[in-house]
Amino acid sequence: MSATAIASVSQEVTSDLADKLLYYMLMMRELEDRIELKLYRQGKIVGGCYTGRGQEAIPSGSAVLSRPDDYLCPSHRDMAAFLIRGMTPREVLAQYLGRVTGPTGGRDGNMHMGCARRHLLPIISSIGASIPVANGIALAMKYRGEPNVVFNYWGDGATSRGDWHEGLNFATVQKLPIVYLCNNNLYAYSTPLEKQMVVKNVADRASAYGMPAEIVDGNDVFAIFDASRRAVAHARNGLGPYLIECKTFRVSGHSAHDAADYVPQHVREEWSKKDPILRLQKDMVERGWATEQDFRQVRQGVLEEIDDAVNWALEQPFPDPATLEEGVYEVI
Amino acid sequence: MAETTYVEAIREGLLEEMRRDESVFVMGEDIGVYGGAFKVTKGFIEEFGERRVIDTPLSESAIVGAGTGAAINGLRPVIEMQFSDFMACGFDQITNFAAKCRYRWGAAVPMVIRAPAGGGIHGGPFHSQNPEMPYVHTPGLKVVQPATAYDAKGLIKSAVRDNDPVIYLEHKHLYRKIKEELPQHKYVVPLGRAAVRREGSDLSIITYGWMVHVALEAAAQLASEAIDVEVVDLRTLVPMDREMVLTSVRKTNKAILLHEDTLTGGLAGELAGIISEHAFEYLDGPLVRIAAPDTPVPFSPPLEEAFLPNTERVLEKARWLHRY
Repeated sequence: MSATAIASVSQEVTSDLADKLLYYMLMMRELEDRIELKLYRQGKIVGGCYTGRGQEAIPSGSAVLSRPDDYLCPSHRDMAAFLIRGMTPREVLAQYLGRVTGPTGGRDGNMHMGCARRHLLPIISSIGASIPVANGIALAMKYRGEPNVVFNYWGDGATSRGDWHEGLNFATVQKLPIVYLCNNNLYAYSTPLEKQMVVKNVADRASAYGMPAEIVDGNDVFAIFDASRRAVAHARNGLGPYLIECKTFRVSGHSAHDAADYVPQHVREEWSKKDPILRLQKDMVERGWATEQDFRQVRQGVLEEIDDAVNWALEQPFPDPATLEEGVYEVI
Repeated sequence: MAETTYVEAIREGLLEEMRRDESVFVMGEDIGVYGGAFKVTKGFIEEFGERRVIDTPLSESAIVGAGTGAAINGLRPVIEMQFSDFMACGFDQITNFAAKCRYRWGAAVPMVIRAPAGGGIHGGPFHSQNPEMPYVHTPGLKVVQPATAYDAKGLIKSAVRDNDPVIYLEHKHLYRKIKEELPQHKYVVPLGRAAVRREGSDLSIITYGWMVHVALEAAAQLASEAIDVEVVDLRTLVPMDREMVLTSVRKTNKAILLHEDTLTGGLAGELAGIISEHAFEYLDGPLVRIAAPDTPVPFSPPLEEAFLPNTERVLEKARWLHRY
């Protein structure tokens, strides 16, 4: 199967699903806003600060399909994937604040967090490197004959890495149960897509590896849900890997320090009309599932949860420097 | 009883581990039907099938990454790099991810990367290197290089059972050059323990890999000159058996630090640092490094011969140090 046109939206999405998706998308947006626009600017968060603003539909619409035994390998723009797997805003903030109670205990910062118990692979900063590793996780599932699937997320920049090409090829040769989700957000740091590749779509490359692929509107959470359902069924049924290219736009800079002046104004304006959260809300109103009043309530709940998490995280202890050398090797 | 070669010992060790533990599998280029470039996994596919003996595309980074992922997800992969030189193609996966997993998120990566290393087979610049140091210098990795068939078998078994990523460097020159009778019972050689290969009182040669044999050859000759040499085989470079190194130097008061790897940034410098810090007052002479010169490994036999540290060079330096 080669890349197809923008997929049509299923009629099978329900009001409950919409509520769930809205919660995670809003939580991701508000949590990252708090992190980048408040805590980082206040100097409480140091180091890098990467958000997925405008891309919330991608991790939400896909990760919501994961089962407990599946494994998720997110990129640094996929906060919702962490939340869906049960990582709490408290833990996320403890991670960002370098506290001992964060998922890496202060050994790593920002989105570089993982959790073995929740089957969340931490981000590998050499972009693209997660693809071979995600393959290995899928290989172990296949080895044991488990009906589980790996969800592996990355952006357009990753597709220029050798690991990406080695990994996609390896996955089809080994027929691994893995779903690749590309957030094609038009920029890899400051490098625009046309300087990254000359083919029009990332999905076009999949056929070179004999991999089915489809392209979806990355700001349409239902379209992502639908495509992910097809992809997950394909992988779970032992048919091998599947690629979904989500066309989207990185609303923020590469990270908090980046004003992204290199993005033309008209591009910004064009995409500002396509906010995935507003789009979902509009859809929900049109279907008669919710009102503006409902949205205000959901948002209020999210903000209260974040307030609690910030207060909690700020009181968490920093790691003890005496533990610096612990955990490099297994202690027997 | 029949003697077992170094390469056969690795094979036997791996076989035993695969029979013992269903979660152990091998993966690499040409390791299945072909049995591997050096035949370490010959016959494995017949016994274990394609599920546990995985032939891969020519993609070192994808192989190492997949090994890491499989290890994170509960398996014990033994990855074969066809030549240790090509581990460089998977360097990012090894050093930036696999090595850091335990520290970053407490995840164990019980993976072994087997890699044929070393010169003496006229392999030229791409098939003869000793690439241990970048891995020695990466916290989170363990690095092993056996010098005997007994250790080759015992160390591969320990490496497979270890819960951290282990770089297992096999010396190509030793594969079929050395053999010995191995015990009939099952045994392991623990990681992190050096071995005194020859006891002596006048000076210590601290070394590993092929150079253990070069050192022993020199020591035998020096004995006839009434120079009594102790030879310490490190066996594991990380974690290093510092105690055995220091005990030997404190006894003999002189040390030669010998390796086949090139001089600058080689393990000898690290050993010199350890000895200076912890046994300086025991030294009766300067620490002497013997290593390959800082060049790529050349192909043409006279050039390669000049490149590799040999018995003559050890004899010359040992006599000098003994006189000092």
